[in-house]
Amino acid sequence: MSLTTNDPGGRSSAPSRFLWKVTKLLATLAMTFFGLLLVTFLIGRIVPVDPVLAVVGDRASQSVYDKAFIELGLDKPLYEQFWIYLQKVMTGDFGQSFLTKKDISEDILRVFPATVELATVGILIGTILGIPIGILAAVKQGKLADQMVRVLGLIGYSAPIFWLGLLALLVFYAKLGWVAGPGRIDIAYEYSVTQKTGLLLIDSAMQGQWDAFRNVFSHIILPASLLGYFSMAYISRMTRSFMLNELAQEYITTARVKGVPEWRIIWVHALRNAAVPLVTVVALSYAGLLEGSVLTETVFAWPGLGQYLTNSLQNADMNAVLGGTLVIGVIFVGLNLLSDVLYTLLDPRVRRRG
Amino acid sequence: MLHVPKLIAAATVALVAGFSAPAVQAETPPDTLIQAWSIDDVISLDPAEVFEFTASEILGNSYQGLIGYDVNDVSNIFGVIAESWEVAPDGMSISFKIRDGMKFASGNPITADDVVYSLTRAVKLDKSPAFILTQFGLNAENVDSMVVKTGDMSLDFKMDKPYAPTLVLYCLTATVGFIVDKNLVQEHEVDGDMGYNWLKTAYAGSGAFTIREWRANEVVVLERNDNFSGDAAPMMRAIYRHIPETSTQRLLLEKGDIDIARNLGAEDIAALQGNPDVVIDSGVKGSIYYLGLNQKNEFLSKPEVRQAMKYLVDYATIADTIMKGKVNVHQAFLPLGFLGALEDTPFSLNIEKAKELLAAAGLPDGFSVTMDTRNTPEITGIAEAIQQTMAQAGITMELIPGDGQQTLTKYRARNHDIYIGRWGPDYQDPHTNADTFARNPDNSDDAASKPLAWRNSWDIPEMTAKADAAVLEADAGKRAEMYLELQREHQEVSPFVIMFQEIEVLGRRANVNGFVVGPSFNDNSFKAVTK
Repeated sequence: MSLTTNDPGGRSSAPSRFLWKVTKLLATLAMTFFGLLLVTFLIGRIVPVDPVLAVVGDRASQSVYDKAFIELGLDKPLYEQFWIYLQKVMTGDFGQSFLTKKDISEDILRVFPATVELATVGILIGTILGIPIGILAAVKQGKLADQMVRVLGLIGYSAPIFWLGLLALLVFYAKLGWVAGPGRIDIAYEYSVTQKTGLLLIDSAMQGQWDAFRNVFSHIILPASLLGYFSMAYISRMTRSFMLNELAQEYITTARVKGVPEWRIIWVHALRNAAVPLVTVVALSYAGLLEGSVLTETVFAWPGLGQYLTNSLQNADMNAVLGGTLVIGVIFVGLNLLSDVLYTLLDPRVRRRG
Repeated sequence: MLHVPKLIAAATVALVAGFSAPAVQAETPPDTLIQAWSIDDVISLDPAEVFEFTASEILGNSYQGLIGYDVNDVSNIFGVIAESWEVAPDGMSISFKIRDGMKFASGNPITADDVVYSLTRAVKLDKSPAFILTQFGLNAENVDSMVVKTGDMSLDFKMDKPYAPTLVLYCLTATVGFIVDKNLVQEHEVDGDMGYNWLKTAYAGSGAFTIREWRANEVVVLERNDNFSGDAAPMMRAIYRHIPETSTQRLLLEKGDIDIARNLGAEDIAALQGNPDVVIDSGVKGSIYYLGLNQKNEFLSKPEVRQAMKYLVDYATIADTIMKGKVNVHQAFLPLGFLGALEDTPFSLNIEKAKELLAAAGLPDGFSVTMDTRNTPEITGIAEAIQQTMAQAGITMELIPGDGQQTLTKYRARNHDIYIGRWGPDYQDPHTNADTFARNPDNSDDAASKPLAWRNSWDIPEMTAKADAAVLEADAGKRAEMYLELQREHQEVSPFVIMFQEIEVLGRRANVNGFVVGPSFNDNSFKAVTK
């Protein structure tokens, strides 16, 4: 029996095992997206809003209404509507927005970069500040610094972002004039930067337009700081708890006994181990920001995914809602996969198993 | 990991640098008008399809119609693209003569071909506003023989009945009657769509401004039209920025990053009163706030209850406190400024009188109803105030909040008890509101037309006949008298508690002059704005 397991022929099954893994992954993904679409579709159809109204308005004659009703395919039974939609999605066609009559992919390509840019700057701020603060709290557990971090975190958890956003605008934009106001860029620069990636910071930097870059930065810093603050609150709490866990381990005591400097114990030995679960925390926070924060986008007049989805949902523009939901699904799945990959890089045990 | 402290240091430096970056001193470019407005209702820029407030205003500044009217005295009708017109003796057609020497922004001359094309195109596309033209007996099949070119610069507009000439002319001032550049639109025609897919986001007009770009939920950019036949606009560019939050609009205005804020809330207006850099402007609009009482409800269908409801709204207090200058008390279905508008306001809050009426209806202890309420701050505020005064007479009113589309969907299906609504006229003629408040040709569930009277299941064959007769009265004075009489009767018996007429309020920087707030949305004009 033991011979068979040690059979060198067993190695040839490694590629097929890999293939099996990939197939399993793809099947899981397909099921995830199918479920996501089905649920979104059903919710969209159960919502007591008449999508035709959003298109033709309140005053249209019955003939106009009926024509639009049929154009939108609403005369067919639900399962058939869903089936037609699925078939189209398979070929990469997400349909047209009921409202803008543009392809959903075109609409999303227009609004998504704004959200990506804001979320990325936000998560950078949140991570760069959140991890050190969390470490500080863990090291000074129970002391004043820890308490201050806790208060900071609790405010971040509990203060409504809508209110904080308006307050921040009032203070930093209206009163102090440190930052530019709502919107992504001043009108003066609006047409001087050619949009290639849609990420204005990158576009303006690539074109060497540093005035425009400063302007875009000045616009993004306030909303991004707010989003950053919210993710910082979460990241710092999680860092603190992971670090406390690590600092109580025996290897830390061993290192201390061996006379390793304290900063090295904290920043290298403990953080390295705490970093593994932290990756997931940061990745999921990032994914959360990429959904687009409706309230932040509304207060700061940020033309991103959150506003787009909300507006589409309110008008029962199902193609747009489904397309947007898919994008968010892909982000979550993608970032989850990415954090799995990072796990294997950061954690030798996972690496060996893989 | 050793680099983490350095990274923190770098990030801190970057943040500080960012915060201390000298913010460009807020001032809009001198040749550009920047307005903040919630423009998420724009779904098209095609005159044959546009029916939303914002898009109407955009078209009003970028297209021209055959005729127009004086915004200060709407009875003064004049030609724009039309030089003159003549009503046939039998009243069944109107002949228009086109003004010489006018051009589209593209440089193409405006001829009778363009006018005939634009009107027939709107009828054939049959989008939401098409009924404004098709109500004269036009349809996709007959329009080619009803709107006919009679010369290079002249055409006939025929109708199926001798409608009141003012009605026809006012309808032609609506955006659906705006003239598009036939040659330009036809260049973009695909599969016989009459350029519909193209013009949704493009421009083919002759107005003071051209539409350069529309990015949904973000911005609309207009540029001066150098081929415009009238006085050139002082502004080179006019930009609408989509700013959904009213407080954000206020901050931008105070700071001078925008020239005009279009959606200020009552609180914002109060806060801006003392600011020397900001001026609050207002103008009476045609929209009316009303309660629709569904006659399918056993209580609301009693005439005394309908009457009692009209005494249970504290009109004056709502107008002064909740709406703070954004409405006037108005209680007839024709808004002020319309031919034959009734100015009487016989109702005011009177709990005793309402109780007497309820007792007469056999409901001395009141009853329970629901009211579908759109979840905007203003509508909710009005609804809550009404809820309180109703309670004083024993009526328990439950508010059902909902998104705009949601409450409207329910209202259109006649599933409400009470609906609190706002109705804006579709064109400048009294028939537009008489048609919906006082006409209900068929009260059955599958009726072809579903006016407000239908939505509230109010079956009124006699009043419908009176409203129909007013449409055919050629004499404007007699016509006005017919509408006055109609409104007096309506005011007493209808299941509509008409409460207020809207006042549009905007905040502008003190250096911005010349913005015109007209009675209908396509009359709002920035053609003459200077700064």
